Amino acid sequence: MSAPRLLKVFAAALVAACFFTGCSPDARSVKSTPPVKPVSDRKPAPEFALKDADGKTVHLEEYRGKVVLLDFFATWCGPCKIEIPWFMEMERANKDKGFSVLGVSMDDEGWEVVKPFLADLGVNYRVVIGNDATAQIYGGVDALPTTFLIDRNGRIAAIHIGLASKRVFEDGIEQLLQDPGGIIKDQADASSGGGVLPAFAVRASTK
Amino acid sequence: MFCLPLLCAQAQSSGYLSAGQVQKVSGKRNAALQVKIPLVVKEGYHVNSNQPSEEYLIPLKLTWTEMGALEGGTVTYPKASLEKYEFSEQPISVYTGSFDLLASFKVAAKAPAGPGAATGKLRYQACSNRACYPPKTLEITVSYQVQ
Repeated sequence: MSAPRLLKVFAAALVAACFFTGCSPDARSVKSTPPVKPVSDRKPAPEFALKDADGKTVHLEEYRGKVVLLDFFATWCGPCKIEIPWFMEMERANKDKGFSVLGVSMDDEGWEVVKPFLADLGVNYRVVIGNDATAQIYGGVDALPTTFLIDRNGRIAAIHIGLASKRVFEDGIEQLLQDPGGIIKDQADASSGGGVLPAFAVRASTK
Repeated sequence: MFCLPLLCAQAQSSGYLSAGQVQKVSGKRNAALQVKIPLVVKEGYHVNSNQPSEEYLIPLKLTWTEMGALEGGTVTYPKASLEKYEFSEQPISVYTGSFDLLASFKVAAKAPAGPGAATGKLRYQACSNRACYPPKTLEITVSYQVQ
């Protein structure tokens, strides 16, 4: 093959590669990410038992059959303060459709700082105090906010590390609520229990 | 970054903020000493300043835990910058990049001659443009020599 022809073939291959993969950051950013993972890719949300503001123990399994937005936050976290009013709105709009928001505070000072914070914002959903063990089983939650969307079968359908868009939560919740919550195909995985968070969690931090 | 092992030995890092080498200081009894504590925030992150613009934010603060033969230890924090982030409606008071703290000591009147060290804990809380990270503590050591 002559050199000019080889060059043409190479250029054509490059154009084709760009078409399929996106060569520039802009090209990559226009690809839309589905708001939730396919059912077959979802892993069980690890079980926990944490206390709410009334001292009652909250088990995640109590929420089985509901779509749950599990939000790890802290009172000192600016991005969390942006998302919390969205979650209040989503709780209000969807609570009668089988949806609940559950906040997990990662404040070391506990209720002493969390209760006034919740009262100040008028938070309308249940909040528990988290701990390192819970953060660990959810993949070592470090960046806040970190939010998990859990489907009616108790499986993690989406993870958002750091501030996400309101729209992405709304779309995810809507899609999960439309799921009738029937028997999932890969029941074997679901029954294997809540172990370590699946490997699909993408970390925002390099820590 | 290239540096001599001896000088690097005291550099501390705890993720998003690292402390550089603190110069050893020396002075006679009753002498005033000033020590510069160089700090570097990891690129792409910021730490709240000593006087955050919002009450809920955790300030950067150096607290001495062991003074040895030194007294005082007043810390002067640099002027912070006001930066706007995706999560803040208003610009917030932060430190980014490299900055120095200045600690002012006085050698105690009855300080024994010889070497010693003052140690402190620097508490800070870091964020990126979209996420925040739990407060962390850096240990700061100031070595001195009483003449």
